[in-house]
Amino acid sequence: MEGLISLLINLVLPILLIVAALITGTIIEKRHYQSIDKREALLGNIVLLNGKEYPKDTPVANVQFVSGSVVISYDYFKRFLAGLRQIFGGEIKSYVSLLDRGRREAILRMKGKCPDADIIINLRLDTSSISKGRRKRGLGTVEVFAYGTALKFAGSPE
Amino acid sequence: MILTNIESVPGKKIVEHYGLVSGSTVRAKHVGRDIMASLKNIVGGELKGYTELLEDAREQARERMTKQAEELGANAVINIRFNTSSIAQGASELYIYGTAVRVE
Repeated sequence: MEGLISLLINLVLPILLIVAALITGTIIEKRHYQSIDKREALLGNIVLLNGKEYPKDTPVANVQFVSGSVVISYDYFKRFLAGLRQIFGGEIKSYVSLLDRGRREAILRMKGKCPDADIIINLRLDTSSISKGRRKRGLGTVEVFAYGTALKFAGSPE
Repeated sequence: MILTNIESVPGKKIVEHYGLVSGSTVRAKHVGRDIMASLKNIVGGELKGYTELLEDAREQARERMTKQAEELGANAVINIRFNTSSIAQGASELYIYGTAVRVE
């Protein structure tokens, strides 16, 4: 009886958690990508440049410093996959998609602060890992921070 | 107060430089948010509590920097840079710096 209980706790519970995380994580990711695609289409008229150059012959009407950030975390299933990957090495695809979501979300939030701007120049992206500080196992959480200078040209439509 | 992260203010001429201005804040996360984050960590996705915390902290650092610039008589800060460093377990410093200038 005792053996059965410990088996339940040690084996069944983690498996249940992994399955639950797989289902909810997949749903959350799918919804997030849908929302990202929708908003990217809406704000697609703002040109992003990571250089400092801008068309100097056009008069600038408004200059605004904009930024956006998001803290995003891996789910239990992704961490499990990554754990397997770390045995054999290679690309951890599940983490790639997570960081892609984070970056695109941060950029969208930045754009959302200046919806009528024409271009954003000197775009910078910062990624920092926020771990809980437990010696070996971090929380698996990253912050993505995007910032740039938004310009609105004089005479361009509102 | 105009802020940019390039060396100039587009469309305006810089008439005076006042040197470096900066603002910083050290923030710790509180236990309630930590517990919520741990729960959210099972299913993944955005940790809104942490996003807000970091946004608030950056906003405060930015306010401190612009206040310093105002005191010098500047009306713009150019070449802004951000720096985030974790100084202790569960606490991080947000630092923002730039050059205070006066534009026409």
